[in-house]
Amino acid sequence: MAQARASTASNSPAGTSGDYPPFNQRHLLSIADLQQHEIIDLLDRAAAMVPISRQERKTHPTLTGKTQINLFFEPSTRTQASFEIAGKRLGALVMNMSVKTSSVSKGETLVDTAATLNAMRPDVIVVRHSAAGAVELLSQKVGCAVINAGDGAHEHPTQALLDALTIRNHKGRIAGLTVAICGDIGNSRVVRSNLLLLGALNVRTRVIAPRNLLPAGIENLATEVFTDMREGLKDADVVMMLRLQHERANGRMIPSIREYYHFYGLDAEKLSYAKPDAIVMHPGPMNRGVEIDPAIADGPASVITDQVEMGVAVRMAVLDALLPARNEP
Amino acid sequence: MSAAMTTTATLIENARILDPATGTDHAGAVLIENGVIAEVAIGKPIGVPDHVEVINARGLALAPGLIDMRVFTGEPGKEYRETLASAGEAAAAGGVTSFVMMPDTTPVVDDSALVDFLIRRAKATSKVNVLPAGAITKGLGGKEMTEFGLLREAGVVCLTDGRHAIQSTSLLRTAMSYAANYGMTFVHHLRDADLAGDGVMNEGLFATILGLRGQPREAETIPLARDLQLAGLTGVKYHAAQVSCAASIELLAAAKKRNNSVTAGVSINNLALNENDVGRYRTFFKLSTPLRSEDDRQAVIEGLRNGTIDTIHSDHDPQDTEVKRQPFAEASDGAIGLETLLPAALRLVHSGEVDLLTVLRAMTSRPAEILGLPSGRIAVGAPADLILIDLDYPWQVDVRQLRSRSRNTCFEGARLAGKVIRTIVGGATVFEHID
Repeated sequence: MAQARASTASNSPAGTSGDYPPFNQRHLLSIADLQQHEIIDLLDRAAAMVPISRQERKTHPTLTGKTQINLFFEPSTRTQASFEIAGKRLGALVMNMSVKTSSVSKGETLVDTAATLNAMRPDVIVVRHSAAGAVELLSQKVGCAVINAGDGAHEHPTQALLDALTIRNHKGRIAGLTVAICGDIGNSRVVRSNLLLLGALNVRTRVIAPRNLLPAGIENLATEVFTDMREGLKDADVVMMLRLQHERANGRMIPSIREYYHFYGLDAEKLSYAKPDAIVMHPGPMNRGVEIDPAIADGPASVITDQVEMGVAVRMAVLDALLPARNEP
Repeated sequence: MSAAMTTTATLIENARILDPATGTDHAGAVLIENGVIAEVAIGKPIGVPDHVEVINARGLALAPGLIDMRVFTGEPGKEYRETLASAGEAAAAGGVTSFVMMPDTTPVVDDSALVDFLIRRAKATSKVNVLPAGAITKGLGGKEMTEFGLLREAGVVCLTDGRHAIQSTSLLRTAMSYAANYGMTFVHHLRDADLAGDGVMNEGLFATILGLRGQPREAETIPLARDLQLAGLTGVKYHAAQVSCAASIELLAAAKKRNNSVTAGVSINNLALNENDVGRYRTFFKLSTPLRSEDDRQAVIEGLRNGTIDTIHSDHDPQDTEVKRQPFAEASDGAIGLETLLPAALRLVHSGEVDLLTVLRAMTSRPAEILGLPSGRIAVGAPADLILIDLDYPWQVDVRQLRSRSRNTCFEGARLAGKVIRTIVGGATVFEHID
């Protein structure tokens, strides 16, 4: 287990892909596919990318002449923007495609779409889809690299990487920490990627949610499972809150937002059970007053905007890691 | 078609006769005359008439042809998936001499005129016996009963809504009661639609890892408990279409102690596979009754062994690439299985889990008894629907070699032992394996 580099990023100029061993993955589909050393490698590469975005001329053109397609079957503002900026800062030609689909009125199938885009010879396709496994299916039908930007309730690997980088920046390490994830565990791809990644880095992982939002078998994926938020937050180094979809609080899954917030919303009183220096994270977009008190979201413990910044760095690192490898014979 | 091909007499000699109905497993010979079994000689000489065609079985197993209680065809309506002819080819190669055709077609088999058409169409095009099942509700809509009496007169062998499950308890009661009126077998798929929700595989850790919605086992056991009580109330001949979990076996075992009109089937898929076979979103393993855990599979095998489970069927359900090459949750349910039914079932025999006659009984005499058919046994007067099996023949499934029009098999690449060497329907050979 590598000890993290010191603070935010190394002081040396941004590395190129040449500074790292080749990244031997064709795609980034899931954290489950990555070995521990590959995760650490990606975090190191991402840390080195951070200064580029802090320069005046935010450019590091290692992907000049490459074509990146952002194919989003599900609306997303921040993830799509993050991938777009990441690609552009590396000099790639970035094209955004938002595809409105519903499983009812399909028309062209996912596989047809993949074949069509593939014929345009992109170098990388970034895909978000509402169905678990859809990105992997698409990756089997194209000749370029594919990055999973979220597939249903399955995985969102770059989110877990940016979360880990944020944690490392603030805590100076990852191994041995206690990370509590609270909220809609059952429907969250962020949770699955995070549990896999943090588990691989020897983190004590906790999930906290009412039973209705805990998926079957979760006790095999997290170190500990809590239904009481105060117990779950006790001595945590990191508190990760998840978005609760409003439509779940309609009396079918959760009785009301009021009840949910009372027992599972993060406020100062509940946060006081965590370590005094605990950081608060959220993958966004936040529902202030549903899962988190605005005072906490915007308070000193919050590192939510850091997460967004690290998101660009992680995506630059992933693009940079995947693309050279693909062009070598 | 089969009648025209019948020679006057055929003798199958040097066979290992396996007749599950009587528990026979002994060397012998069978004489077929005019499409019917004329004589069965076990351990004694047989009187051979003139002009007889002699088939030397060379010690191969001779069993009744299989009766598959759950087969979906594409005809009518989706002939690109499967026709009665292509299903018949696959069935013949798999040793299935009769199959019950589910009413889930376009149009739905909910009208006696269509039954009449199907029977004639099948006779003209299919190598094996096609036994239509009539829909319980019009259009499989789960709302209004079909004309059970007229369907029966037209020739349906049972009533079922195929892969559709009726949700209304009062309608079920009425339909079971009316089916009992005509002594018709009532076959019902078990799925609480509300509880199953948008679940696409067995609920559990594996579904959680894949990020897929799960169906709890209770979506099967709750409707089963309801059906078993209604079967007791109405006196209908009730057959649970396919069960998949340990708790269902317990419910059935308890009900069978009280009510001998209750029977149950299992798909070969739930006997041979479990939820881990879904792997990374392999949509061929997405089935109308989901694959369950290994514990459930073991419980179902025990149910077969102790007689709680009566029948094994293929759940043959051809689906085309378009609907299978989709993200898992959006893909259609179903897998083909006519050609792999017997060897997949023989796995249980080769592994020592279930004895040979028990496995064969569940695919021959038990379905025949449940459906009231004269076939499914090697007895004088029974139709000469017979199969010669090389029980140990090793082979590997190659999807390109399968005869179904669709390719969605769960057994691609599987190494199996046991193959049908010859299939005889109504005295005529409709399939012969040539090495």
